[in-house]
Amino acid sequence: MNKNHYRYVLRLGDNALILGQRMTEWCGHSPLLEEDIAMANCALDHVGRARLLLSYAAELEGEGRSEDDLAFVRSDREFENFLLCELPIGDYAFTMARQYLLDTYHYYLFTELVSSSDETLSAIAQKAIKETTYHMDRSRDWVLRLGDGTEESHERMQVALEGMWNYTEELFERDPVDVQMIAEAIGPDPERLHSKWQADINATIKKATLRVPEKKWSLSGGRNGLHTEAMGHLLSEMQHLQRTYPGLSW
Amino acid sequence: MLKGHLPLWEVFVRGRRGLDHKHIGSLHASDAGQAMKSARDTYTRRQEGVSIWVVRAEDIHASQFENDASFFDPAEDKVYRHPTFYEVPEELKL
Repeated sequence: MNKNHYRYVLRLGDNALILGQRMTEWCGHSPLLEEDIAMANCALDHVGRARLLLSYAAELEGEGRSEDDLAFVRSDREFENFLLCELPIGDYAFTMARQYLLDTYHYYLFTELVSSSDETLSAIAQKAIKETTYHMDRSRDWVLRLGDGTEESHERMQVALEGMWNYTEELFERDPVDVQMIAEAIGPDPERLHSKWQADINATIKKATLRVPEKKWSLSGGRNGLHTEAMGHLLSEMQHLQRTYPGLSW
Repeated sequence: MLKGHLPLWEVFVRGRRGLDHKHIGSLHASDAGQAMKSARDTYTRRQEGVSIWVVRAEDIHASQFENDASFFDPAEDKVYRHPTFYEVPEELKL
């Protein structure tokens, strides 16, 4: 097994799964009925993507594990998602700001992965890029709407961006896994994504009459299994059924 | 907190190419862009359509039920308005 290849795909799968899980928390609680349906749709896009990626990761690992094993019986130290994905949903401004930052990241990532030397990854990216293009359109719309909305919505969106800004550097870190993936033309150089991402985000923030937050410090570690305190709580909810009734299906 | 409802929109979806748009439901949205996205997520997530129209409900002017008698009943006995009422002369038949 190529351990770095496995971890690369696993990380993509974990990002999709953990973010998707957070999004499902809005189901039945969204501020508008229409939003409730839209958010659940997009959440399922993420969960569906997680299934494809985790199945493929399990195949690369070659130890007989399934997508469900990876999703439901790993502990927090074994998950390698970005910290940004696992932060609690907060209010709708926080949720949509996070979606926008990650949708834009995924848009540029999947655009690159379409031409990956890994054919399976390329096929998954081709499917994901269509979904992500819509997700980004939707989340950008909400950043603009709330930023350039009422005094309260403007304030909430600004607070949301400030609250997550220090988690964004992790998206563009490059460790030995990335270095090998770049060398094998499987994955893109995160640095190349960074400048495009930054330009888009800055333009939207400006258009939304918001301020680009200052980066005072930076937190990372998710990709090496070092998570925030929110992660354990998320997993306990997401995994409790399979942990309580191993192998349960329906 | 949202006070009251956002404006109401009527949604029309074309199921397949070649068919016409059909009224499929309604939703609340603050503008056309948001209405279009919500319509996409609410009414086409099971592949129900290939094209969507959204129209502000207040822009639709409907005939009123209390006018039914004067509006629609008079057409009842005007059989001569159907082309089949007329006999075509032999000379004109193909």
